[in-house]
Amino acid sequence: MGQQIVNGLFLGSIYALFALGYTLVFGVLDILNLAHQAVFMVCAYAALVLVVHLHMPMVAAFPVAVLLGGLLGMLVDRIAFKPLRGRSDSNIAGLISSIALATILEAGVVQFFGPDVERFPFGTVPTRSLKIGGAVISELQIIIIAIALVMLAGLTWLLRRTQLGRRIRAVAESPKAARVLGVNVDRIISASFFVSSALGAAAGVLFGLAFNNVAPDMGRSVELKGLAVIVLGGMGSMPGAALAGLALGLLEVFTVAWIGSSYRDAVAFGVLFLVLVLRPRGLLGSAALREA
Amino acid sequence: MLLELKDVRRTFGGLAAVDGASLAVEAGEVHGLIGPNGAGKTTLLNLISGLIPATSGTIRLDGVRLDGLPSHRIAALGVTRTYQNIRLFPALTAADNVLVGAHLKRHAPLWRRMLFLPSAAVEERGAREASLALLGRVGMAERARERASNLSYGEQRRVEIARALASSPRVMLLDEPTAGMNPGEVAAIAELIRGVSRAGHSVLLVEHNVKLVMKVCDRITVLDFGKVIADGTPAEVASDPAVIAAYLGGEAAA
Amino acid sequence: MSLGGLQDFWLTYQSTVAFVGLNGLLALSVYTTLSCGQLSLAQAAFMAIGAYASAILTFHTRAPFALNLAVATLLPALVAVPLGLPVLRLKGVFLAIATIGFGEVVRLFFVNLDFTNGALGLTAVPQRTAIWMIYAALAVALFVLWRVRGSRAGYALEAIREDEPAARTMGIDVARYKLAMLALGAAFAGLAGALEAHYTFMVAPGTYSFTRVVDMLVYAVVGGTGIFYGPVVGATFLTLLPEVLREVGSRVGLQPGPLRLFVNGLVLLLVILFLPEGISSLPGRLRARRRARREAHAA
Repeated sequence: MGQQIVNGLFLGSIYALFALGYTLVFGVLDILNLAHQAVFMVCAYAALVLVVHLHMPMVAAFPVAVLLGGLLGMLVDRIAFKPLRGRSDSNIAGLISSIALATILEAGVVQFFGPDVERFPFGTVPTRSLKIGGAVISELQIIIIAIALVMLAGLTWLLRRTQLGRRIRAVAESPKAARVLGVNVDRIISASFFVSSALGAAAGVLFGLAFNNVAPDMGRSVELKGLAVIVLGGMGSMPGAALAGLALGLLEVFTVAWIGSSYRDAVAFGVLFLVLVLRPRGLLGSAALREA
Repeated sequence: MLLELKDVRRTFGGLAAVDGASLAVEAGEVHGLIGPNGAGKTTLLNLISGLIPATSGTIRLDGVRLDGLPSHRIAALGVTRTYQNIRLFPALTAADNVLVGAHLKRHAPLWRRMLFLPSAAVEERGAREASLALLGRVGMAERARERASNLSYGEQRRVEIARALASSPRVMLLDEPTAGMNPGEVAAIAELIRGVSRAGHSVLLVEHNVKLVMKVCDRITVLDFGKVIADGTPAEVASDPAVIAAYLGGEAAA
Repeated sequence: MSLGGLQDFWLTYQSTVAFVGLNGLLALSVYTTLSCGQLSLAQAAFMAIGAYASAILTFHTRAPFALNLAVATLLPALVAVPLGLPVLRLKGVFLAIATIGFGEVVRLFFVNLDFTNGALGLTAVPQRTAIWMIYAALAVALFVLWRVRGSRAGYALEAIREDEPAARTMGIDVARYKLAMLALGAAFAGLAGALEAHYTFMVAPGTYSFTRVVDMLVYAVVGGTGIFYGPVVGATFLTLLPEVLREVGSRVGLQPGPLRLFVNGLVLLLVILFLPEGISSLPGRLRARRRARREAHAA
C-alpha cells in the first residue's frame, strides 16, 4: 500500500507540474495551449542533447532545459497566440494554431532524431534505492518529487509575493481592468507563457528521466491526461492542478494495482467525463462553465 | 391583462437587481418602463424573456407561467425582444436576420426540401417575401441584402425591430431602441412603435428618453433600485412626487 | 494518353483517390457541429464504432454490405444522443475537452475488448468497399448539407453559431439543433469508418485516436468552415499535398513522414493566421479585391 502511495505521488508530481503550466495559460488567456505538450517533449530532447553531446551533468542540463522551455513558450505565444488577440474566434483559433505549432515542432524532432525512443545514458541519474517502511523508493524518485515540490513552492511564491505574480493574477481576472490599471497585458501574457512552458519543460525532463524514455510522441498521452487533471482541479486553478495531478497519479497507480493495468489510462478519462458532466468547475475552480 | 409580473425578484450574490416588481401590460397597449440607470429595467426584460431565472415571483402571459420556461418556449408563446446593445447576427444580411426571426412561423419539413418538392420552394419564397415586407415596414427595404455588420447604428436598430416582429409576437420587449439617436431618428422609431401597436402587438418599452415615453405610451411603470415606485398614465407618472424625486430633473427636459 | 498509361496511373493513385473521398467525408463530420459553433472532437470515436460494428457484421453474418453500412451510419448517431444531452450544454473548450475524453474512453474500450482482438484489432477484413461507394457517400453527405443550408433549419444553425442566447429568444430550440448536428456528424464518421475498414482490410483502435480527429479538424479548418463544401476542399488539398511533396522531398533528402507533418502544421498555421476562412474563401476574396480595385480605378 505504501509502495503504491509512493509510486502514485511520484507519477502525480510530474502530472501536476505539467498541468500547472497548462492551467496557468488557461487562467490568463482563456485558451487551451495544445503546444504545451510539444514544449514538454522538445525540452526532454534538449536535456538529452545537453547530456549526451555537450557532456553536461544533469544538474546543469536541467535548469538549462527549463530555461529553454520558457523561451520556447514565449515563442509559441508570439507565433501562435499573439496574432490572434482581439479576433472574435480567438479561442478555437488559438487551439488550432497551437496544434499547428505542436505539429511543426514534432516534425522537426522526428526529422532530426528519428521516431524511435531515446534513452539517457547510464549514469545520468543515481540508481540507488532506499527502503522506507515497506516501500522501495529510488533516489531518482525522491529527487523528482523534491524538484516538483520546489517548483510548486517557487510558483506559489511568484504568484503571491511578487509584483509579476500580482500582475499575472490581475490579467487572469480581467485583462481590460488590468490594462486600465497600467499593466502591459501583452508582456504579462508573454511572462505567463515563460513560466508555464518552463514548468512544462521541467515536467518533460523529469518524465524522460523517470521512465528513461524520450520519444517524439511522449507528449501525446500526457497532454490528454493533463486535460483530465486541469478539469478535475478546476480550469485556471493552480492549487487545483497540483492537487488533481497528485490525485490522478495516485488513482492511476491504485487502478493498476487493484483493477488491472488495462484500465489505467481509461480511468483518467472516465474522471474527466464525470467531472464535466456533474461538476464542470472541478474541485477548486470558480466560474460557471455552462451555457446561458 | 396580457403580460403580468407579480413580485418578481432577482438577486445576484447579496444584491437585488429586481426587488419585488409587479406590473401588467394590457393587450394592444404600449407600456413604458423607465427609471434611473441601474434600476433593473434590462434585468426585468431578461427575466421575462428567460435569459436569466427569477429568484422568486411569477411572470404570466395570458395566464400561462413564463418564469422557469426556457427562452425558446417563451418565444414560442409569443414574446420577442430587442437588445440594448443590438444583437443582430453580424454575418447575416438584414433580410436573413429577419428570416431567422420568422423561425417560429415557418413550418417547412426538411424532407420536402430534400426532395425538391415545389411546396418547399413556395414556402421559402413566401417567407422571404414576408421578411422583405417587414423590412419595408421599418424603412429598410433597399438595404435588405446588406450584411448586418455593415449597417449604421440606426439601421441596425430598425432591422432588429423587424426581426422581433417577424414571428407576429403578442408582446414585444424593446430595450432602449432609441439610444444614441438624433431627434429625427427618434421620431421615426416612435412612429414605428405606434404602428406596431396599431397592428395588434403589445409593447413593453424600456427607455431613457422620457419625452418619447410620455408621447408614445399608454401606461408607464417607473422602476428605481429594482422596485416599482409609480405606475399609471403618462400624466399621472409625470406629476408623481416620488418619480420626480428619484429620477427626473434633467431627463424630463431631454 | 494510352489506356495502359491510364491503368498504371490508376493502380498507383487509386488509394489516394479513395482517401481523398474518405477524408472529405470525415472532414464533413467535424464540420456539422462547427457549423453551429460547437467544437466536437468525438468523431474518431464515432468512426471507430462504425468501423467495428460493420467489421463484426462482416465476420459474423452474411448481411449485404449495404446493411453493414446502414448500421455503421445509424449506430454512432444513436450513441451521439446520450453523449450530446449532457455534453452539449458545455461551453466552447469544455465541450471540446469532454468530447476528447469520450473519444479516448471509446478508443481504450476497444483496445481492451478481447472480442475484437484488443490493441491489434481485426485484420483480414475483406475489401468490400469500391471507390464509387466512397464518393457516393460523400455526395450524399454534401447533398444533405447543401439542402439544409438555406432551409429554416439552416438559418437556425447559422443563428446559433452567431449568438446562441439571441437565437433562443427567437424560438430556436438550440439544444435540439446542436444534438441533431452531433448525430449527423456521428453518422458521417461512422459511415466513413465502415468504408475505410473495408478498404484497408483492417480495424485497429490506434487508427481512431485524438490525432486522427485533429486531422479531420485540420481538413475542415484549412478548407474553410464557412461553406458546406469547404471541408472537402481542405481534405482534398491536404490528402494530395503529401503525394506531391513526396516527390519533392525525396530529392531534397527529407524524410516523407516528418515532411508531411511539417507541411500539415505549416499550412494549418498559415491558414489560421492569414486566411481564417479557409482555402474555399479564396475565390470570394479575390473577386472582392478585384471589384474594389475596379471601383477605385473608376473613381
